[in-house]
Amino acid sequence: MGDILRFRDDQSVDQPSVTVDSFLDQSNSPAVRIEPGDDARDLLPHLERIRLVVVNFPSFGDGRGYSSARVLREAGFSGELRAVGDVLVDQIGYLRRCGFDSFEPNQPLDPDDVENALNRWPDVYQPTTDGRTPIWNLRHGETKNG
Amino acid sequence: MYQYDHYDQAMVDARVEEFRDQCKRRIEGKLTEDQFKPLRLMNGLYLQLHAYMLRVAIPYGTLSGRQMSALGDIADKFDRKYGHFTTRQNIQYNWIKLEDAGDILAALAKVEMHAIQTSGNCIRNVSSDHFAGAAADEVVDPRPYAELLRQWSSFHPEFSYLPRKFKFAVIASETDRAAMRLHDIGINIVRNDAGDLGAAFYVGGGMGRTPMVAPLIRDFVPLDQLITYAESCLRVYNRYGRRDNKYKARIKILVHELGAAEYTRQVEAEFAHLLEQGIEPPIAELERIRTYFSSPAFDLDASDTIEQSDPDFLTWAERNTHPHKQPGYVSAVISLKPVGGIPGDATADQIRLMATLGETYSFDELRVTHTQNIVMPHVRKSDLYTLWQKLDAAGLATANFDQIGDIIACPGLDYCSLANARSIPVAQRISERFAANGKGDALGELKLKISGCINACGHHHAGHMGILGVDKKGVENYQLSIGGSEAEDTSLGKITGPGFSEEGIVDAVENAADVYLAQRQDGERFLDTYRRIGMKPFKEALYG
Amino acid sequence: MKILTGNDLKSGAVVWWTGNDWSLHVDQAVDVGDQADFLAAREDAARRVNAPYAIDAARDADGIRPAHIKDRIRALGPTVRPDLTLKPADPTAGNWVI
Repeated sequence: MGDILRFRDDQSVDQPSVTVDSFLDQSNSPAVRIEPGDDARDLLPHLERIRLVVVNFPSFGDGRGYSSARVLREAGFSGELRAVGDVLVDQIGYLRRCGFDSFEPNQPLDPDDVENALNRWPDVYQPTTDGRTPIWNLRHGETKNG
Repeated sequence: MYQYDHYDQAMVDARVEEFRDQCKRRIEGKLTEDQFKPLRLMNGLYLQLHAYMLRVAIPYGTLSGRQMSALGDIADKFDRKYGHFTTRQNIQYNWIKLEDAGDILAALAKVEMHAIQTSGNCIRNVSSDHFAGAAADEVVDPRPYAELLRQWSSFHPEFSYLPRKFKFAVIASETDRAAMRLHDIGINIVRNDAGDLGAAFYVGGGMGRTPMVAPLIRDFVPLDQLITYAESCLRVYNRYGRRDNKYKARIKILVHELGAAEYTRQVEAEFAHLLEQGIEPPIAELERIRTYFSSPAFDLDASDTIEQSDPDFLTWAERNTHPHKQPGYVSAVISLKPVGGIPGDATADQIRLMATLGETYSFDELRVTHTQNIVMPHVRKSDLYTLWQKLDAAGLATANFDQIGDIIACPGLDYCSLANARSIPVAQRISERFAANGKGDALGELKLKISGCINACGHHHAGHMGILGVDKKGVENYQLSIGGSEAEDTSLGKITGPGFSEEGIVDAVENAADVYLAQRQDGERFLDTYRRIGMKPFKEALYG
Repeated sequence: MKILTGNDLKSGAVVWWTGNDWSLHVDQAVDVGDQADFLAAREDAARRVNAPYAIDAARDADGIRPAHIKDRIRALGPTVRPDLTLKPADPTAGNWVI
């Protein structure tokens, strides 16, 4: 279990996360854990009482968590979205763009590597909810964001 | 053709630095091979039988003389003086050193090229019609849409760890010259009754272990919703594609198991949601990209006649040119299939010659076909004879386009760590056999495709005749199939029966060709005769 | 016998374990017996060789012959380009592969 890398200013949630099934089954926990096979949309009716969603990456090659994150952010979830498990610095950039704002990888991340990864891309081709203006909009009069 | 602006260049340059850093961390031991492998694959770098192999992207098969020349220089400087053009319009170098990979990507970036996402479980090179912008039958040039999809799919943060690889093809004609329905997503740009352009989406095609023809998912997506619809298709796949079994992980399995109707329903639901997110590029972007694909400055008075004095030239001109929408012009096919040669291979000198010829005779534009040849899209008929003489001197004028000598073959066990059998020697023996027996002309259009393993990189399922190499107790063995088609009459070949040895398969191909010659009726191609008479006469000829 | 092979990490060249080093030439390979897994793990960690693995081979009059055709092609080079193999001067070298 590594340290938590966090890109939020607010207080982190202290309680352990519960499974989606537990949560839907009348749990009061503000923290839910999504496995790759879970449907993030099951949480959409309950977003206002969730403060932390933990998304598990048992293997970094299983990319379902990226869609789970975007689905939640597109639905307006503004709480903490944490990627845990087999997370390498090489995935940090894409994970951030999909809406993750904290990371708890199996192996600790080198802070210099993280810095390099996040500053790597001057611009982006596609829009996500991260607010960065995509290149195809910058070309036609919009200004940069994020 | 498309040219990078500073945004595109900055992205490619950043990618070079990212990969240099990843190679460094691998060599220093900060990354294990398991961690590094998906990262190097997303930069086109494989570990093959003899060395690392680099697959360079040639977006929708289009490149300039300067780019083609750079590919020749890379072959000289970093490889062993040749390159291999592939069945997805890319080029591969077989003898790459890991420690050179960063420098090679930097050399590519200088000429607006890259190896981004040419491997890995992500969206690959978008392929298209090698006669785009020249063919008379196209509704519109399909390549602006391919370029838009290229940008959308590059470094896509949600779709870089898909269940498996993902391949797009884009065409804009009824005639399918890009095997469109044998792709994960095939798009045909069409006009509706009101005359508006839109995209027909075919999802769930592919070859490999379980070949399938893609069903039509949506017959008309308006152009200003193209990206949103593509994103919807991909998100359903990323969420629900199988991840338990590598051989059942392509989208074709998902579409097949859900059924096209249910897959469509899920896509349409995601589409309705994503439309509200406003992720589509402004239509001005498509218009901006289109300006790079306007017709070159054709000579409106170009002569419509060609040199008549040389019979060898006339044979080549008849076989290896394709009609052009502009009077006085043709598209010319440079064959990379000399008799007994290695299909798709070209020396560094040949590559640089093709670059120069493209600059001089084809408005500085060349194409790579998915059948491993090179096209010069816009050649004046009055230049054709001079062009042919120069190609002929360099061994690039074999007059066999779409004939049995125009063999498609994967690298096979001579190069590829996935292969079960060698494919190139079989291609060479068959090429030599039909040059010797002189039957190539009589056979006419006959598309022979050879794969060295079930992954079907040689597209054998889509061959009029297809050959699959297998491992039979440590000995190479070859199965013959008949009746595949990659065109708009898409079909998958059927196996004839037990496999053959390397000598046996050459005889088998000739025996099958003889059945056609004996049984054909007026105007029938090999494929047509097979479809009329069925497998039985072929089985009798092959197995007695 | 069991011999160990892989690709050189930096160059990608096919290499064979000689007992104390990695060689381009299969005839210099040694029988690693039941040490294969240990040696493979050690050498992979040392980062000279990439993805080493053990294969069956036999010693014959010509030298060492890997049991499977794929490894014989790795040992020699592509049969369709004799000039790019380890024996470019011998146009029939590819026969050894079959």
